[in-house]
Amino acid sequence: MSEVLAHKEQNYMKEFVKVKRIERMKSFAKGMLFLSPSIILFTVFLFYPMFKTMYLSFFLTNSSGATTVFVGLDNYKAIFTSPLFVQSLKVTFLFVLYTVPGTIIVSLFLAILANEKLRGVGIFRTIFSSTMGISVAAASVFWMFLFHPTVGWLNQILDVFGIEAIGWLTDPEWALFSVSISTIWMNIGFTFLILLGGLQSIDSYLYESADIDGASYVYKLFRITIPMLSPTLFFVITVSFINAFQTFGQIDMLTRGGPQNETNVIVYSIYQEAFMNYQHGAASAQAIVLFVIILILTLIQFKLGERKVHYQ
Amino acid sequence: MTIPKYQKIVFYLLLTVSALLIFAPALIAFSMSFMSNKDIMTGHIIPTSITFDNYVKVFERFPLVDFLLNSLIVSIVIMLGQLVLCSLAAYAFVFLEFKGRDVLFFVFIATMMVPFEASIIPNFQTIRDMGWINTYTGLTLPFFAMAFGTFLLRQSFKQIPKELKEASEIAGIGDFKFFLTIVLPVARTSLLTLGVYGFLTSWNMYLWPLLTTTDDTTRTVQIGLRQLQSQEQLNEWGVIMAGAIIVVLPTLILLFLGQKKLQQGLAEGALK
Repeated sequence: MSEVLAHKEQNYMKEFVKVKRIERMKSFAKGMLFLSPSIILFTVFLFYPMFKTMYLSFFLTNSSGATTVFVGLDNYKAIFTSPLFVQSLKVTFLFVLYTVPGTIIVSLFLAILANEKLRGVGIFRTIFSSTMGISVAAASVFWMFLFHPTVGWLNQILDVFGIEAIGWLTDPEWALFSVSISTIWMNIGFTFLILLGGLQSIDSYLYESADIDGASYVYKLFRITIPMLSPTLFFVITVSFINAFQTFGQIDMLTRGGPQNETNVIVYSIYQEAFMNYQHGAASAQAIVLFVIILILTLIQFKLGERKVHYQ
Repeated sequence: MTIPKYQKIVFYLLLTVSALLIFAPALIAFSMSFMSNKDIMTGHIIPTSITFDNYVKVFERFPLVDFLLNSLIVSIVIMLGQLVLCSLAAYAFVFLEFKGRDVLFFVFIATMMVPFEASIIPNFQTIRDMGWINTYTGLTLPFFAMAFGTFLLRQSFKQIPKELKEASEIAGIGDFKFFLTIVLPVARTSLLTLGVYGFLTSWNMYLWPLLTTTDDTTRTVQIGLRQLQSQEQLNEWGVIMAGAIIVVLPTLILLFLGQKKLQQGLAEGALK
């Protein structure tokens, strides 16, 4: 009697393991069913191109981009000894240095202003976030006019004060600065919106208890607002860095990399090399440099951010 | 809590000045689009007489309607593609348990570290070799899968109680039905946010349409504007501005309508 029972038990166990395995396979298949569209597209348009770029960077290519001669690291040697690419790197770093702090400071100032509970503040919020809805192409057209040497507003304003006209986009000394100003303007909308969201999620009771203690506005700003905002701030800084390194549109519209390559940022340089000079190999080497810069930056930011950021 | 009066005045003053400065470039362009060439050249701020000539001219000389239509198609297709793919992926990460899920989640995070600009050369070759230059497929397909959108929806799917899923399992409701009839309706606000965001960014896309359109058949309005700016004589500023205003109008309206949602949604998806 007990033997029969034990036998039955064993059968049950076997059945149980089998069912469980099928169940596991089923759930895996189901998971893949939901994820496969994304995974397939990521593979085709993201991971494969990443490796292909690396592969291409070791070759010379013909005009259609097919590989011809394996040259090892020669493309890398060539770009790092080319004054044009070194210049492009320098310009890119300067551009980042101008635009990232500029964007963050202006947007933070606007977000703090627009976070006050005042009547009609909604209109100001809408205006401050509006540049997010303005495309690079349109924004560049707007600024192209402002920078215009004779009819442009900036020079007309200078003229009123008796200051000599500036070649905003044509003077090598000024061009990068001008492009940076217009870029900061374009980025304000998005950064402002994210920062305002961060400010609004700060618990109001923190301010109430500070008010009871009679804390000043400045004290509240530096002791409550900024520390509590740090995760959001950290996020927008990272995004701004990455965006700045990927800048292309305004360069293409406003200066085409000129004058004297003073605004030839790295993505524009890749574009010229690949799609105007048809040097896909050399352009790929530049693209890998861009990829490495962004990777390192993200990692540094994560490491530094972890310590400084105040997480709730 | 009341703010002292003098402080209020300072705030309003700062807000107004900032708003004027921020809005000035767009406002000037808007005003110029209604000005005659003579007004612009003599440096007027407000048009002496309002004229719609610039708008008439820009539509006459340019296939602007085609460009607008192309941009609309491209943006809607990308938006829908992103909504479908991101919601499916987010569902898998929240409600399905299977081996390798965490690894795949890490893969999704890793995609955020690869800048599109760095992989643009092979992508261009792929689209070209598939014969997808000047097609909507070539313009839209590479952007359907998106890690950011997946995270944003995952965040909102997580709010749905797990008990609901268990109950539906007992009732014999399959995953796909649960996804369609319960998860999607509950998360409609986040879907809307992602939709608006997807539409905005697609409408404003620049580099990719520049590379993958070589004629007017599928050219988007942004590249059209580039063409307009480089072809027009420099003294035709009114016409160029009219073109630019038409380009930004759809996205600005969308932004004004969805600003609040977008702000909450982006902040939620960005953090955590």
